Amino acid sequence: MGYSGVMIQAVSQTSISDDPNGQAVVSVTGLTKRFGERVVVDNISFAIPRGQCVGFLGPNGAGKTTCINMLLGLVEKSAGEIRIFDLEAPRFHREIKARIGVVPQADSLDPDLSVEENLRTYAGYFRIPRRIARGRVEELLHFFALYNRRDEIIEHLSGGQRRRLLLARALINEPQLLILDEPTIGLDPQARHLIWERLAILQAQGTTMLLTSHYLDEVARLSRQVLILDHGQVVVQGEPQQLITDLVGVEVFEVDGTAAELDALEASFKQCSATLERVGDKLYVYAREDCSRLVKVLGEARSWLRRPANLEDLFIQLTGRSLREA
Amino acid sequence: MNGFSFWAIWLRNGRVWKKNILATLIGNLGQPLLFLLAMGYGLGRDMAAVEGLSYLQFIAPGLVVSAVMYSAALETTYGSYTRLTVQKTYEAILMTPLGVVDLVLGEIVWGASKGMLAGVIMLVALPLFGVIPSPWVVFLLPVLFLSGMFFSAFGLIMTALAKNYDFFNYFTSLVITPLFLFSGIFFPVRTMAPPVRNLLEMLPLTPIVSLARILCYGRFGEPILLKILGSFLAAGCAVWLAGYLLRRRLIQ
Repeated sequence: MGYSGVMIQAVSQTSISDDPNGQAVVSVTGLTKRFGERVVVDNISFAIPRGQCVGFLGPNGAGKTTCINMLLGLVEKSAGEIRIFDLEAPRFHREIKARIGVVPQADSLDPDLSVEENLRTYAGYFRIPRRIARGRVEELLHFFALYNRRDEIIEHLSGGQRRRLLLARALINEPQLLILDEPTIGLDPQARHLIWERLAILQAQGTTMLLTSHYLDEVARLSRQVLILDHGQVVVQGEPQQLITDLVGVEVFEVDGTAAELDALEASFKQCSATLERVGDKLYVYAREDCSRLVKVLGEARSWLRRPANLEDLFIQLTGRSLREA
Repeated sequence: MNGFSFWAIWLRNGRVWKKNILATLIGNLGQPLLFLLAMGYGLGRDMAAVEGLSYLQFIAPGLVVSAVMYSAALETTYGSYTRLTVQKTYEAILMTPLGVVDLVLGEIVWGASKGMLAGVIMLVALPLFGVIPSPWVVFLLPVLFLSGMFFSAFGLIMTALAKNYDFFNYFTSLVITPLFLFSGIFFPVRTMAPPVRNLLEMLPLTPIVSLARILCYGRFGEPILLKILGSFLAAGCAVWLAGYLLRRRLIQ
């Protein structure tokens, strides 16, 4: 079964994934994790519908990784219910994990083994029969453009090749749910685009995904739904473009200037439905309507920028600008 | 746990080991062979017979056992700790259907296998030093494996507790080296004063050294059942504790 072959199946699956009542691959209710007194995940509920990619966002320490680790049984939940493929976790974690693929944030490839040996070894953990594993390894090496590096030791691979191998490894068991934790961290634009392209193909094939990333352009590109976590709670959940329009606005003006200049501009912008934010000597204007008529006022400012509102604006608005350091 | 799932982890370790065969064998066998040469041949030439054996013959079985101990214990300390921390191998494994029990059994059985291999190579090398084992030595093989299980489980307990590599200095200086010196490899424990003798016979390596000497030369002078049962019990407890502690470290 080649990857190009699977794409044909995907067309018939689209109807299922579009169905809002379609069965959820992951459903979490009231999930809570306490480490002693500290509540890291606080009564979270969410669902990942079949065939969708859900972006899991939040500042450092928001509880994303703890949440994912609870799905995988690496962290024991303090309260709540997790069902994956309609099986209770962590009780059926062996059955569940047989159908999940994980791309971890930290490189956990076997450095002493070659590219191909890494994949074969991982296939062994899933007890995939050798003959079947051999076929899948060949396919995955082609799919991730690693075919001519198959005998290379991991140390000699570039960052992008390692990430592609981590993705290939996560797909060795043909998972129905793919968990991606910062899949393109530290990669150059070429390498990121190659990974996005492959993930898009997998999406078209109907693979359900849970994506966490600090690159919000990546999340906007790949996810149909986002879920923003902060301080262990779900701050907002929904379709990204809709959330941006509802909560941020349609477009953003970023203006540089002295305090006096910006004060004057703020007054002018009051004529338009917009939220204003001052950060140092910068003014952010989040416009909820078309504010084109104010562009002539901006002509006098030292420098300014007009752009569509994006996920990053939403993220900053909901989780604040202060640094999160553990 | 699911039958022999841990086998996949054994195979993974074997795959890596095959790439560095020479370095690990020299690392594991260098010390016991040099001791056999220096103490057995160098020192032993001028020494009277001990328990009816030449000194070289006396220490040879114990050095075989020490090779098992070193090889198994080093594998599950430095080796396993590297897989736990630097290489994140355990993290990768726990994202598959394998669980902590599989991981612990895979690592311990692997360490025991490596230990037993070191012991077998030592045994095979003994004739070069003029030590010819009796046919009973075949029954020493499972004993060596059992001892390997104990010491690799002990090593894994240390790994589960370690904060850094320096932690293993305690283990080697305070556990492994004293066991090497005081478990009856180099001097007979039986002829010591009773309190000392009782203490030394409680050490986990002492019954294995005695069994090795008995089976190596086919001289059944002392009871062996208690030694075997005690070693089984010790290995079982160590495996259980290693599992408990590693689970506590890996699953928060």
